Amino acid sequence: MLAYLIRRVAQSGLVLLIVGMVAFGMFRFVGDPIDNMLGQERTQEDIDRLRGQLGLDQPFAVQYFRFLENAVQGNFGVSYRQGRPVSDILLERAPATLELAAVSGFLAIAMGIALGVFTAIRRNGFTANFIMSASLIGVSLPTFLIGILLIYIFSVELGWLPSFGRGETVRIGNWTTGFLTETGLKALVLPSITLGLYQMTLIMRLVRSEMLEVLRQDYIRFARARGLRDRVVNFRHALKNTMMPVITVIGLQLGSIIAFAIITETVFQWPGVGLLFINAIQFVDIPVMAAYLMLISVMFVGINLIVDVLYFLIDPRLRADRAGAH
Amino acid sequence: MTEPVLSIRDLSVEIPTRKGVVCPVDSVSYDIAPGEILGVVGESGAGKSMAGNAVIGLLNPPARIAKGEIWLNGTRIDQLSGDAMRRLRGKEIGMVFQDPLTSLNPLLQIGDQLTETMLTHLDISRSEAEKRAIAALQEVGIPGAADRLNSYPHEFSGGMRQRVVIALALCAEPSLIIADEPTTALDVSVQAQIVALLKKLCRERGTAIMLITHDMGVIAEAADRVAVMYAGRLAELGPVREILTSPSHPYTDGLMASTPLASRGKSRLHQIPGSMPRLNAIPDGCAFNPRCPYAADKCRHDPGPQGVEGRAACWFPIVRERTA
Repeated sequence: MLAYLIRRVAQSGLVLLIVGMVAFGMFRFVGDPIDNMLGQERTQEDIDRLRGQLGLDQPFAVQYFRFLENAVQGNFGVSYRQGRPVSDILLERAPATLELAAVSGFLAIAMGIALGVFTAIRRNGFTANFIMSASLIGVSLPTFLIGILLIYIFSVELGWLPSFGRGETVRIGNWTTGFLTETGLKALVLPSITLGLYQMTLIMRLVRSEMLEVLRQDYIRFARARGLRDRVVNFRHALKNTMMPVITVIGLQLGSIIAFAIITETVFQWPGVGLLFINAIQFVDIPVMAAYLMLISVMFVGINLIVDVLYFLIDPRLRADRAGAH
Repeated sequence: MTEPVLSIRDLSVEIPTRKGVVCPVDSVSYDIAPGEILGVVGESGAGKSMAGNAVIGLLNPPARIAKGEIWLNGTRIDQLSGDAMRRLRGKEIGMVFQDPLTSLNPLLQIGDQLTETMLTHLDISRSEAEKRAIAALQEVGIPGAADRLNSYPHEFSGGMRQRVVIALALCAEPSLIIADEPTTALDVSVQAQIVALLKKLCRERGTAIMLITHDMGVIAEAADRVAVMYAGRLAELGPVREILTSPSHPYTDGLMASTPLASRGKSRLHQIPGSMPRLNAIPDGCAFNPRCPYAADKCRHDPGPQGVEGRAACWFPIVRERTA
């Protein structure tokens, strides 16, 4: 177990190092930020001074190592556009994105598993077939369209929910939360549905097909032959065996919920890191882009690490195999 | 004669398909007495397992009981509701499946699988259930039973797993066990152990066992009586000695002749020409007639008498001189 964990952490570190290389590469190859930062009336002196200040006149290797050194300490330099440390800006924006991702992730997992199990158990029922057909909408409609449709129905026509922003937020230490105010909660509804719908339908369809597969297994037949209640057979015996592949996909999808938040945040003008990233692209604000890239990859790698540990907790066979093999 | 534990009367199972209704079990009747092992033999697809599934109420839809009655300890059970039938499963009828490697839930400790079965059916406390779980494992011959409760199925060998499966089928003390090919997936040496175990349990507890198999060796070793099935019908039913030594249905005769025996030496093994008809192409008359060496005109038109105890389902049963 420990050896396996250490190996996985080392692999994760390698992935992050490579992503760091790409992120850093952007500094070198995506335009010259100096052009953007200084206006038309710049002198060569200004350019050289700024270049020196930002460390852009150093050799590649030196710059890369300095970048890594700073990145490990959470320092991603200064935003070209806002002139403030990128880490401060990210910290300011992160709560909005994380709260949105948490709500839509929870929605996607809870509803996805519940509906998946339901449609698998009642696979010939009318309701289950209806849900399966309806889920095609979730899979096939692009996120921005769902967002705009929801805004049109619930904000413009019905006027029930706000169409943009986070509503009022409460500050707790460094964290701003929308969970504690009514407007904050209302503002969360549409974006989190928009963001979570695709993941929900994906999880639901996966749970359904895995569950149908498991329900065909001998041990399920045997559980029924032992006279166990349907509830016990379905949830204790079948669902647990369904979870392995589902957890893998949920892990990947949680990562993409945060990554895809860009679109949802743009549609709803949600003041999170996704919106920050879009604005950064428009202004070639490379430190922000690089930091965002690193942040997302840390999250992906971290979630996958957690998924690997969850495998161990769920499946006793892995524990034995690993112990024997290493 | 004591009242039978299980009594099947004129049971038919049918499956509606796109090409019409097929009948994998056709008008079958047999009884099993307490403490008796009834061997049910036949080729794959002869309907042996399907009859067992019908008894325990686990037919996969769209298969369904078309006609007939199933009685268990004097109660008719083929018309019970889903939940009443569920209560009977495990408590009155235990089942052992073919493949012990896939019969146990890989993610649950065997102790949990045992106690959950007992707690479902018996009104006992959890600690009492654990005590009985240990006793059940000991009874089926698992060494160090108390320490194995927390083991997962993958930590057992195939033969040991089949013992666990048998312990699971027995733990609520059912009066009937349906063992569907319990030895087919095991090594020959382990097979003998499992058969001996089933016999022992049958003798000590008075449990009736329906032993479904296609292995004549297992039948010869374990069964008290034998039901031979062919294409969904009962070909012949009788005490194991009679069926093995003087079969009266030509199919049983062919089956016996094609069982390899060491005593017969190296002579070429007999085989029955052709193969069992598919369910949607059962011939008119006796289902065995195209393969039967003795078939006459009558056999091609008239299905023949129903197989019952002591009478083969054949117009022209083989009559032998009793070698006294």
